[in-house]
Amino acid sequence: MVVVENKWKYKRLLKNIVFCALCILVAACCLFPFYWATVSSLRGSADLFSTEIFPSRITLENYKYVFSDVAFGYSFLNSAIVATLTSLLTLAVCLLAAYPLARYKFTGRKRILMIALSVTTLPHVAVLSGMFEMIRIFNIYNEKSALILAYMIITVPFTLWVMTNFMNSIPKDIEEAAIIDGASQYTVLTKIFLPVLGPAIVTTGLLAFIAAWNEFLFALTFTLTNQARTVPVSLALFSGASQHELPYGLIMAASVIVTLPLVLLVIIFQRRIISGLTTGSVKG
Amino acid sequence: MKLDKITAQKRTPKRTSLSHWLFLAPCLVMLIICAGWPLLRTVFFSFTDATLDNLQKTNFIGIDNFIALARDQEWWRAILNTFVIAAISVPLETFLGMIIALILHRNFKGRGLMRAIVLVPWTIPTIVSARMWAWMLNDVYGIVNELLLKASIIDAPIPWIASNNLSLVSIILVDVWKTTPYMALLLLAGLQSLPQDCFEAAQVDSIPFTKTLRKIILPLMKPTIAVAMIFRMLDAVRIFDLVYILSSGNSANATMSVYARKHLVDYNDVGYGSAAATVLLFLIAFLGIIYIPLNRKKLRELN
Repeated sequence: MVVVENKWKYKRLLKNIVFCALCILVAACCLFPFYWATVSSLRGSADLFSTEIFPSRITLENYKYVFSDVAFGYSFLNSAIVATLTSLLTLAVCLLAAYPLARYKFTGRKRILMIALSVTTLPHVAVLSGMFEMIRIFNIYNEKSALILAYMIITVPFTLWVMTNFMNSIPKDIEEAAIIDGASQYTVLTKIFLPVLGPAIVTTGLLAFIAAWNEFLFALTFTLTNQARTVPVSLALFSGASQHELPYGLIMAASVIVTLPLVLLVIIFQRRIISGLTTGSVKG
Repeated sequence: MKLDKITAQKRTPKRTSLSHWLFLAPCLVMLIICAGWPLLRTVFFSFTDATLDNLQKTNFIGIDNFIALARDQEWWRAILNTFVIAAISVPLETFLGMIIALILHRNFKGRGLMRAIVLVPWTIPTIVSARMWAWMLNDVYGIVNELLLKASIIDAPIPWIASNNLSLVSIILVDVWKTTPYMALLLLAGLQSLPQDCFEAAQVDSIPFTKTLRKIILPLMKPTIAVAMIFRMLDAVRIFDLVYILSSGNSANATMSVYARKHLVDYNDVGYGSAAATVLLFLIAFLGIIYIPLNRKKLRELN
């Protein structure tokens, strides 16, 4: 009996060790590239090519340079403005639209949801020329508003789906009471839904912000000058004197600066973000 | 429960559908301006000789652009690259994502931390990931070659980015690294929606985990896995950012999106580039036809 119990214990211990090892392996794979970027960004030009995993000397030289670079400052600011306005506009539009979609049955409702879903799968390069023409017509080429407009194709359909799902899961009782008391649809939306929807707004707003912050194709195509570029574009076009002499220390410092805010946001709001991401696509 | 729902719907006062459309209007206008109209224009341009400076007065040239596409070796190469990337990275992501999902599904101390860690690669902007990996895979100074050399797995540094075939491998590697977390979350959501008692029953009866996985979890997860894989496939086929950076302009590694943009913008041939984009569009639409019915279920859930 004792022997059997011991065997059990060992087996469980072994299982736990294997599990822990697996966890550590996964965590290392996920984090190492970012760690390495950070370490490289902290190296002076003399040690950049050193391959010590734990650096013996660190310097903020690269960061000083990046922060003093005007073009990078512009693109950081552009990204922040574009991403913020994109998520606010998306939220405003989708909050309104999700309300009837989640609450009422009417002809065309299903069609709208299906269209939104198919737009999420569109290849963005397929709207490039049409969008380019429109931006020309509106005369907003090389402006932030061009990017905000273009990003709607990415954020709106997705946010609409997630928002409709969230609203759908709110019990109907309060709202009905309000309607019986004579509240208008608009009052119901602003006075009853908005407070309850707080978490959903945070989730979708964050996802839209991240999508806009990271977007590359439109930003590359619809901006031309240093003053108008967003961060991903300046990072992509950042280059040294020649192809073989890329200033990797600087690139890594800039990469860390643009990624850190996102990583912090995601760590703080991970639960919310996960729930939003998964409603957007597969939910059994 | 069902009865409750029905009575609840009956109790909701009917509103005029006009006000629904009023609420929907801004969103629909956005979708038309940003998706519908540009899409139609792109398809239209693909039959013309439009250039960037001349988008208004274009000449209709029939299917000349498509014929030229079919004759271009580079275009076929781009199609092949796109499919190689999608066909290798999506199954890999599903496999690794499943492992991560199973880890995250287990109840253990530090699960929250683990979840946050797994999300990190997904959060990092694609351009940053591409740049980070390009640095790590640098043939002379890269840490990857250095570690492989130290472990004597290889004798000479490998030109990960510079060589055509290997650069495709690098693109797949980075794509898998970046997208596996997303896949893991989709699969985790699927795992969580399974009846949890079957996991517990298997645990109580001390059935080995591999057997539970094979006999219970995987069969139950089949629909989720199918939907997740197609969803990812649609996304993988339009891959742009990573390839743009990691192939550094080398057309041998271009994908369909990269090829289309190059002709459209860099070569100023809007007609031809739009034709390439249109082909990609229809390809994705075709894949989507498989995907959308799978989503009907989700739509029903919303009702």
